[in-house]
Amino acid sequence: MKKFIYAAALVIAGLNATPTFAHDYELGKLRVSQPWARATARHVPNGAVYMTLSIAGMTADRLIAVSTPVAKRAALHTLLMDKGIMKMRPVKAIEVSPGSPTSLEPGGLHIMLMGLKAPLKEGQLIPLRLTFARAGTLDIEALVQKPGAMAPAHRRTRSHSKD
Amino acid sequence: MKLRYIVLAIAGVLAVALVAAARWHLPLNPLAGGGSRTVTAGASKISIGGPFTLVTQAGKTVTDATFRGKYLLVYFGYTYCPDVCPTELAKIATVLDRLGPLAAAIQPLFVTVDPARDSPSVLASYVPQFYERLIGLTGTPAQIARIAKAYHVYYAKVEDKTSPGAYSMDHSAAVYLMGPKGEYLTMFSHQTGPDTMVKTLREYVKKTS
Repeated sequence: MKKFIYAAALVIAGLNATPTFAHDYELGKLRVSQPWARATARHVPNGAVYMTLSIAGMTADRLIAVSTPVAKRAALHTLLMDKGIMKMRPVKAIEVSPGSPTSLEPGGLHIMLMGLKAPLKEGQLIPLRLTFARAGTLDIEALVQKPGAMAPAHRRTRSHSKD
Repeated sequence: MKLRYIVLAIAGVLAVALVAAARWHLPLNPLAGGGSRTVTAGASKISIGGPFTLVTQAGKTVTDATFRGKYLLVYFGYTYCPDVCPTELAKIATVLDRLGPLAAAIQPLFVTVDPARDSPSVLASYVPQFYERLIGLTGTPAQIARIAKAYHVYYAKVEDKTSPGAYSMDHSAAVYLMGPKGEYLTMFSHQTGPDTMVKTLREYVKKTS
């Protein structure tokens, strides 16, 4: 399945200058779907990465750490809306339960990148190393979208602008 | 001996109160849910908006009077905010794009609640990403405190315990619509979608022009 996606990616990459969709990754029963990030401004050293985590089988797992060469630190955060006040707080781990995918998306759970070495540019692929409590480490690449993007680009071959 | 303890206790309470007052600003958040024309707290209305003096991303000093004649969409945030602020600013940009020619009557403003880090040059690299006519505003902590108080915007610094010096800002995440005379019209919560905002803006901007 992964090979097919890579082959399709090569074909599509050939048709476009930059990749137009984000990949899925698997580690044992874990699946990391469409990791993506937002482009950042020149002086802003923080960024956010999003993805969907799911797991087959009967046993849950937890994302407990993230690292990346593109930033000094990566941490797990969530957003809490409290009487109209937006609060960002660190979380120690992100649960992945069978039958219940966990979505890291704008307005909620996210991986925060701190101390970006360079601004993230649309179309860039960011390498990340995810560490799960049970499954171990998984290396992925997140595709950078527009600064205000709300979702990753579709993985289908039809091209359309992000809306 | 008892008197000394009483004095110490009172001093202690005052000290705590002073620290608390310094850390927090009056957290009056008119609405958590969708927009509404008037805002009430108990029997009286809270007035939203008021005079301000701030500096744009180009280093130009502006006041509330600078924008008379335009509708304002005012959003308070900070550039180091990785999630909510880009979402909200992109939403404002989408809404203005959808309004077409009507958007010319509306001036979007991004006011930072983190003036320590958001200097004019930081704002200059940040705001054009979202909308070419978006004006970013910063100032001294006192100037920011003044406009935040006028709009009843809550904001507070939250230290990152795992990284010295790093912090995020808790802040009210609403967008305020002000009229061409500087009067408060309505507000949009973070949950309000672009369709609702477009619809509401078409009502207000057509009605009073």
